[in-house]
Amino acid sequence: MRYIEPHGHMVSRTTDDYRAMAMAGCQAVCEPAFWAGFDRSSAQGFYDYFCQLTQHEPRRASMFGLPHYTWLCINPKESEDIALAQEVLTIIPEFMESPNVLGIGEIGLNKNSRNEMTVLEKHVDLARDNDQLILVHTPHLEDKRKGTRLILDVLKSDSRIRPERCIIDHVEEHTVKMVLDDGFWAGMTLYPETKCTANRAIDILEVYGDERIWMNSACDWGVSVPLAVPQAAQEMKRRGNDAQYIDKVVYQNPIEFMSQSSRFTIPEGL
Amino acid sequence: MADQKNILDLYFLDARARLIDIAAFMDRVDRANGETDFRYDAFREALKALESGQADRAERVLLEFSDPSEEPIPKATVKAACGACLNTDNA
Repeated sequence: MRYIEPHGHMVSRTTDDYRAMAMAGCQAVCEPAFWAGFDRSSAQGFYDYFCQLTQHEPRRASMFGLPHYTWLCINPKESEDIALAQEVLTIIPEFMESPNVLGIGEIGLNKNSRNEMTVLEKHVDLARDNDQLILVHTPHLEDKRKGTRLILDVLKSDSRIRPERCIIDHVEEHTVKMVLDDGFWAGMTLYPETKCTANRAIDILEVYGDERIWMNSACDWGVSVPLAVPQAAQEMKRRGNDAQYIDKVVYQNPIEFMSQSSRFTIPEGL
Repeated sequence: MADQKNILDLYFLDARARLIDIAAFMDRVDRANGETDFRYDAFREALKALESGQADRAERVLLEFSDPSEEPIPKATVKAACGACLNTDNA
C-alpha cells in the first residue's frame, strides 16, 4: 500500500515514527505550521520554527526516503495577540520561496474571536497576493460548526480566492457538506477523541463521495497516531473497499490537491 | 456498499461495548457527589438524537454539542474547547 500523510506535525514526533511511516508505505509527509503547546514569546521564536520546517525537518525526513513539505503561518491559537501576529506575518515571505513550502497554513480559527478573524483575513491576503495554496484549521469540538461557517464566509468574500486551491481540514459530519458544497477540499483528521475515527471517516466517504477529500493523522505532541492513515486504509479494506478506491483516497487525492503547487513532486510510488 | 448484516458482523460487538461504556459512564456520574453541569445536560440531550430514526444521527449529536451562535466573540480568553456549549438551551 502507498499513502501520503498530508498533515503531520513531525517536529514533535520521533525518528522512530518516520521509520514506521516509511515502512507502512508513506510516500511523502506534509507539515503545516502549528501551535507548540505553549505560546512563543516573540517573532524570533517563529523565525527559528520556520527554519526548522524548511531546513532541518526535510533533512530528518530524507533519512527515511520521505519528501517533506510544509505550510507557514501563525497558528490561530496564537492569533489573539494581533501585534505578534503582524510581526510574524512580515517574516513569512522570507520563507515562502523555500523549495518545500506548499502554501499558507494551517490558518483558521480557534475560539472564533474577532482578533482571530482579523489574523485569518491577513493570512488569506498573504496567500492570495503570493498565489499560495491555503490549508485551514477548523476549531475544536463545540466551536467547529460556527468557526467553519465563519471561515468559509471569509474565503468566499474574496473573489480572487479559488476554493479548489483551499483545503478545509478537520471536517466532521456536521461541517463536511458545507465545505464540499462551496467547492473547497475537505480534510478528515483521524484523532482518537476530538475529531474523526477511521470508521466515521469511511462513513463520510460513503455518504459524501471520494472527490476533493483526504484523510490525515495530524499527529503532533498530543494523543495522536502517526499511522492513523494506513490503519484507516486497512479498515476500508476490511469494509470491502477495493484497492483502487483506497489508493484514490489516501494517495491520489492528496497528490491532486498538492500538485497545484509547482513545488510538489509526485512521488515515484511503489 | 455492504449489506446491514455485514455491517453488524463487522461492528456490532464494538458498538455494543461502546454503548455499555456510555451506560457505565452515566451510572458513574449518578454515583458521584455534587451536581453535573451544562456538559452533562448536552450529553443527555444528544442521546435523544439516537432515536431520530434518520441516518444522520452522528451529525445531530455533533450539532447538539455545538455553539449555535453566528457572530465572532469579542475576545478569546481560553484556548481549549470543552466539548459542549454553555450558551445553548441546554445550559
